[in-house]
Amino acid sequence: MIAKHCVFVVLVLASVSVFAVAAQQSSAPQAKPFKDPTRNQSGDPKDDGERVFKQNCSRCHAAPEGFSPSISGTIVRHMRVRASLSRHDEEALLHFFNP
Amino acid sequence: MLHPVVSLKYRNASRAICCCGFALAVLAAMPAGSAQDTPLISGGVGFFTSTNAGKTTYIPIVEPLLAAPLGQHVLVESRAALLESFSPHSANQPGYSHSHFAGLTYLQGDYIASRHFTVVGGEYLIPFNTYNERLSPIWIGNFQDGPLIAPLGLFSVGSGLGGMLRGNAIARRNYSIDYSYFYSARSGNEQFSAKRGNGGRSSLYLPEKRLELGLSYDRVLQGTHENFYGAHAWWEPADTSFRLRSEFARGHHAQGYWVEADYRMQAFGGADSAIGRLEPVFRIQQTFRRDTIVSDGLPPVNTQRADFGLDYNLPHNTRILTSYARQFSSTGDHNVWETGIVYRFLFPAWKGKQQ
Repeated sequence: MIAKHCVFVVLVLASVSVFAVAAQQSSAPQAKPFKDPTRNQSGDPKDDGERVFKQNCSRCHAAPEGFSPSISGTIVRHMRVRASLSRHDEEALLHFFNP
Repeated sequence: MLHPVVSLKYRNASRAICCCGFALAVLAAMPAGSAQDTPLISGGVGFFTSTNAGKTTYIPIVEPLLAAPLGQHVLVESRAALLESFSPHSANQPGYSHSHFAGLTYLQGDYIASRHFTVVGGEYLIPFNTYNERLSPIWIGNFQDGPLIAPLGLFSVGSGLGGMLRGNAIARRNYSIDYSYFYSARSGNEQFSAKRGNGGRSSLYLPEKRLELGLSYDRVLQGTHENFYGAHAWWEPADTSFRLRSEFARGHHAQGYWVEADYRMQAFGGADSAIGRLEPVFRIQQTFRRDTIVSDGLPPVNTQRADFGLDYNLPHNTRILTSYARQFSSTGDHNVWETGIVYRFLFPAWKGKQQ
């Protein structure tokens, strides 16, 4: 039983290490200056919408590939309930979907 | 073995179809909104196989979702699950047996008063920890089956019938605090069965760190009153595709946790490259029995499990999910192999007005 636990722990540690290295590799090339993700520094509502999307929607799921503009408002309304978005965030996200 | 919440929600198929028809009728009766507010039909259709201790089960499944805005503040939404399960006969008999499951996962109306205050009525997903509300749809979850502790705090059915208040209590530049509180009535209705109880969840989100920490609590108020406690932590570092999610849940008779890490390899040529579409996933989970009463859907003995997955994100909203798991317990160790393919659909319920 102890041997099984050891194998289990080794597998866990190995996997966590792989993921940690992978995460480090992906963040290493980020030479861009730090951009405060909570502020729209460019003033472009598209950027704000992208920030809202990254901070709320893409935390759980990937963006669906292409959808009709006629349902973008419904999608945003759905996200507004799920993620407690403000009216401003809702508008920014809508603009992000329909630039 | 699919999401435990889904498998617990066995309902009569004809009643489910009637309810879906009712929901469609409600949608059809709604006045048309703005050009971007056309009701939508979304969801996932998939085919899963699971080989558990040498026995393979095949599951075709459809999870449709309807969402329809009504005016400026109301949203009606519903999700259902329809699946057929083909599994080998027990006791070494040849051939397969099959069973079907069909039912509404939830059907709710949302009134959005403000960012801070949304009123939800109807049958809703119980907001206990994160898996039930966020990760249970088949087109979202990284693994075919849910965590072992998923049934804890969900009142056996995963949904409540009554009302819920939710929203953003505090929103600042550096942090925000969300809350939800629900009260569920007791219902013996076949389609909308629910237990009497109440509870809620509160979470702190740090957008700069992309870190979320939350606590959940609920209590069953019928039969043997039981308390459930939960905690979750999500960390998704900015500018990477690495995600770390975890949950702990404690019930009256058992407790456990899971930790899941996934990384989409988009650093290698972009998200749309052949390598960038790969998504290795790992999950570790443990459950612990607090006594010998097995009434919560968790394994009857202490169990440890490690899941190693490799998902592939095909174009056109299609995902291939594969995983291998090794489960350890005093009743015997066994392997679980799972493969599946899921297609996510998303389209207007009808042709909307042109802008």
